[in-house]
Amino acid sequence: MTAGDVIIRVDDVVKHFPLRDKVFGSSGVIHAVDNVSIDLHEGEVLGVVGESGCGKSTLANLIMKLEEPTSGHIEYRGTDLATFSDEQLVTYRREVAMVFQDTFGSLDPRMTINDVLTEPFTVHRDVLDKDLWPDKVRALLKLVGLDPDHANRYPHQFSGGQRQRIGIARALALDPKVLICDEPVSALDVSVQAQIVNLLKDLHDEFGLSYIFVAHDLSVVRQLADRVAVMYLGQVMEIGDESDVLLHPSHPYTQALVSALPTADDQGNVTGERIILSGDLPSPANPPSGCRFRTRCWLAQQKCTDEEPALIERGTGRPTKCHFVTADGTLVPHMPVGV
Amino acid sequence: MSDPLMDVEGLEVEFRTEDGVVKAVHGLSYGLRKGEILAVLGESGSGKTVHARAILRILDSPPAFVTGGEVSLDGTELFPLDEDEMVDIRGARIAMLFQDPHTALDPVYTVGGQMIELLRLRQGLSKREAKAEAIDLLKRVGIPSAEERLKAYPHQLSGGIAQRVMVAMAVALDPDVLLADEPTSSLDVTVQAQVLELLKSLVADSEMSMVLITHNLAVAVAMADRIAVMYAGQLVEIGPAREVYAKPAHPYTAALLRSIPDINVREERLPAIKGAPPNLLHLPAGCPFNPRCEYATEICLREMPPLESVGDEHASACWHWEEVVR
Amino acid sequence: MSDLKPDTTPIEPILGETIPTGRDLNLTLWGDVWRKLKRDKRFWISATMVTIFILMALVPALFFTKDPNACNIHDTALRPSREHWFGTDLLGCDYYTRVIYGARTSLQVGLIVSGVELALALFLGSASGFFGGWIDMLISRFADVWFSVPTILGSILVLTLFHGGGPVVIALVIALFAWPDMTRLVRAVVISGKQRGYTRAARTMGSSGRRILARHVLPNGIGPVLVFSAYVIGSSAGAEAGLTFLGVGLRLPAISWGLQLSVADTRFPELAYLMFFPSLFLCLLIGAWILLGESLRDAMDPKLFGSSGDV
Repeated sequence: MTAGDVIIRVDDVVKHFPLRDKVFGSSGVIHAVDNVSIDLHEGEVLGVVGESGCGKSTLANLIMKLEEPTSGHIEYRGTDLATFSDEQLVTYRREVAMVFQDTFGSLDPRMTINDVLTEPFTVHRDVLDKDLWPDKVRALLKLVGLDPDHANRYPHQFSGGQRQRIGIARALALDPKVLICDEPVSALDVSVQAQIVNLLKDLHDEFGLSYIFVAHDLSVVRQLADRVAVMYLGQVMEIGDESDVLLHPSHPYTQALVSALPTADDQGNVTGERIILSGDLPSPANPPSGCRFRTRCWLAQQKCTDEEPALIERGTGRPTKCHFVTADGTLVPHMPVGV
Repeated sequence: MSDPLMDVEGLEVEFRTEDGVVKAVHGLSYGLRKGEILAVLGESGSGKTVHARAILRILDSPPAFVTGGEVSLDGTELFPLDEDEMVDIRGARIAMLFQDPHTALDPVYTVGGQMIELLRLRQGLSKREAKAEAIDLLKRVGIPSAEERLKAYPHQLSGGIAQRVMVAMAVALDPDVLLADEPTSSLDVTVQAQVLELLKSLVADSEMSMVLITHNLAVAVAMADRIAVMYAGQLVEIGPAREVYAKPAHPYTAALLRSIPDINVREERLPAIKGAPPNLLHLPAGCPFNPRCEYATEICLREMPPLESVGDEHASACWHWEEVVR
Repeated sequence: MSDLKPDTTPIEPILGETIPTGRDLNLTLWGDVWRKLKRDKRFWISATMVTIFILMALVPALFFTKDPNACNIHDTALRPSREHWFGTDLLGCDYYTRVIYGARTSLQVGLIVSGVELALALFLGSASGFFGGWIDMLISRFADVWFSVPTILGSILVLTLFHGGGPVVIALVIALFAWPDMTRLVRAVVISGKQRGYTRAARTMGSSGRRILARHVLPNGIGPVLVFSAYVIGSSAGAEAGLTFLGVGLRLPAISWGLQLSVADTRFPELAYLMFFPSLFLCLLIGAWILLGESLRDAMDPKLFGSSGDV
């Protein structure tokens, strides 16, 4: 789809968390996000995928200005978040909203749905006249497919999928331009995930929103994203159009990620070769030198230890952070291991 | 079927809560053959986890109560056994693998400590013998530097390694049956693959039978010989894994299959199952799936369909299974 | 900015029912707590006892008391009889009346200590938990210092300097040494509240810290604080009795169980009844508050602080 201008720019952002040492006082640092640069274009859905410790949630928090970057900056419509005036911050909070993974925890159990949905208006008092609040609440509920008569109920009376709809409704209350979705369907039952994915799709199309969709489930991301960035241990390993990245992954990690999904053909026979990665995820407090993926990569050579590969385009039209990507996007050598 | 190793017959489990009585498991029956992997597939409220705990009698009672049915292992009925006899069964004949290794492992003791204690207690080994056995087990589950690992505490282990330790402890006493309750759900995808491979090879090597509880259909198909689908505490379909996947005979299974996103296909709209997961406190009359079912007719609203045979060793509890299969 | 058109439903409407809880479809969380409390025998027992004690303190006449100061020295040390239900004390006062009146002092002290602690805790604990950093460090270390002084010993010291005082003074002195407990609790509640999902959500919509504290964190965390308050009331009453018994608390002509106990001590065991009645009442008072706190705690847990379970 044709995307517009860059609306959010993440520029060489680093986020380190201090590590409180156990006994002898020496410090360390958790490399949550290291030199990540990503652009979100207006109207696009950018998927950010990765497993635990990859930094995708930290990235979402940084973009939402819940945390400050250790270095680098994030721009919204050209203005650095760190330089926001109070007024600009207020506008930012209205225009960029978040959808959370924990449907239960993100709703205050003491508040009725009506309270939850009108809270944004109590914070931003000049957006909507108080008389119009009840109508707005009804409209929001209808929009996400919930019965408007249920507005005076409490979160614990709703199912997980319904609570996520409430969360989405809340995110839409102030007419945002961008939604940052942090694993919005991971905690939901499989049979409900599809409903929420459809809802997010419809809302995106209806309102021309831009999404950053953080997830670990590649199949879900495939349904929504226009572009996908793959993160590992705080860095972006590969970024490009969704069909390229997910169907023809060039980075070995992406390949392993994609192959790890058991797939079956129509007959129920398990298809595809599964790449079984060796070893464990290194600690983010102590990432490997050179290429961070080298400790689990079947292609690893000395070069990978000595030299960190740059995230550059290597002839495939999309940046890949690996020394061994050729011009046509295949890996040299291409060798899946294990079945 | 030829004599099953473990036979679950009409299992009934209820939860007595302040808001009412909930039938968490209702009339569940299946047989497990020696060396077979049976996947029990379901979502929240399906009863899949509760049934496994009921088999081992480790449910918190109250509020849970096993109110009916029977489980036999190799011909011996388990429910009439008293607690001491049941303790002998747990771990040695039927073992359980839990979802989150970090909650199942005792954080206060080292890995080695826990394993050695288990082996000494149950197999009467000396400390040295138990240690050697423990190292052996860790190697068997593919943990590198096994001997050093014994000294580690659970929180020092990554999710994947901790789960392998759990697997090691689960198979330590060489059980006949392993109940694996969502063993990979809390793990990263790349690590999941490793652990599932491990389980598969262990089953093959030792002819152990496994009940693999999962909500992930793809995992079920990749791992299991047969799949049993549960919904709202009841068994709605059971059959050979490939067949259940390729030709489901129950609307729930069919709808589930369709709604799961496939990385290879980008859908305009995912064919979602309408409605919400069942509320066990307020199940509809008749078939519990009827509010969400596209095939539902009048009889579905009145009577619960029986489990009938729809193929070779393939059964489904649906009034309209013939339409579903078409 | 697009208008949300109420009739545009690009989404399939969900006909799903919400989950009804119990017979009422609209129970608030506190309503749910009340429902559980109602069923708890301990609640009714303790609430009744507490109510009785409060009545004793406010309207002692309800309990058929005589004038507590109508003492006739000739009636000294009479054993319980129909005329004097609890007998008389050494000065010839009706013991029953004096014991009943003792409730007022104990409750006064208990409530004042609890109130002062709560106010301090809400202020300091919130600041500490919310701001963190050096404010937290300052307040926490300050609290630690006070905490390290045992309440009773510290109170004895201060009260000795004061030569005792009225119930208010005693209460303030006790609170002076006992305050860190509740402050720590509120601090913990605030810190845990900061990490809740709904706090994060409120931040993302631009809610100010103060607002989040007042609207989300404190109301959700008030539960354990209330429970602890109940406990404090009981234990402070006990502390007052102890201090008075030791001679540093209230003095005559105040009426306090502690005083009665210290006098009874001198004539024990011949006049055992003198010790028995105030002890009984003191134990019942403390026990009632603790039981009330416990039943409250059980009624609140885990709905307010946990998430829904899974099958």
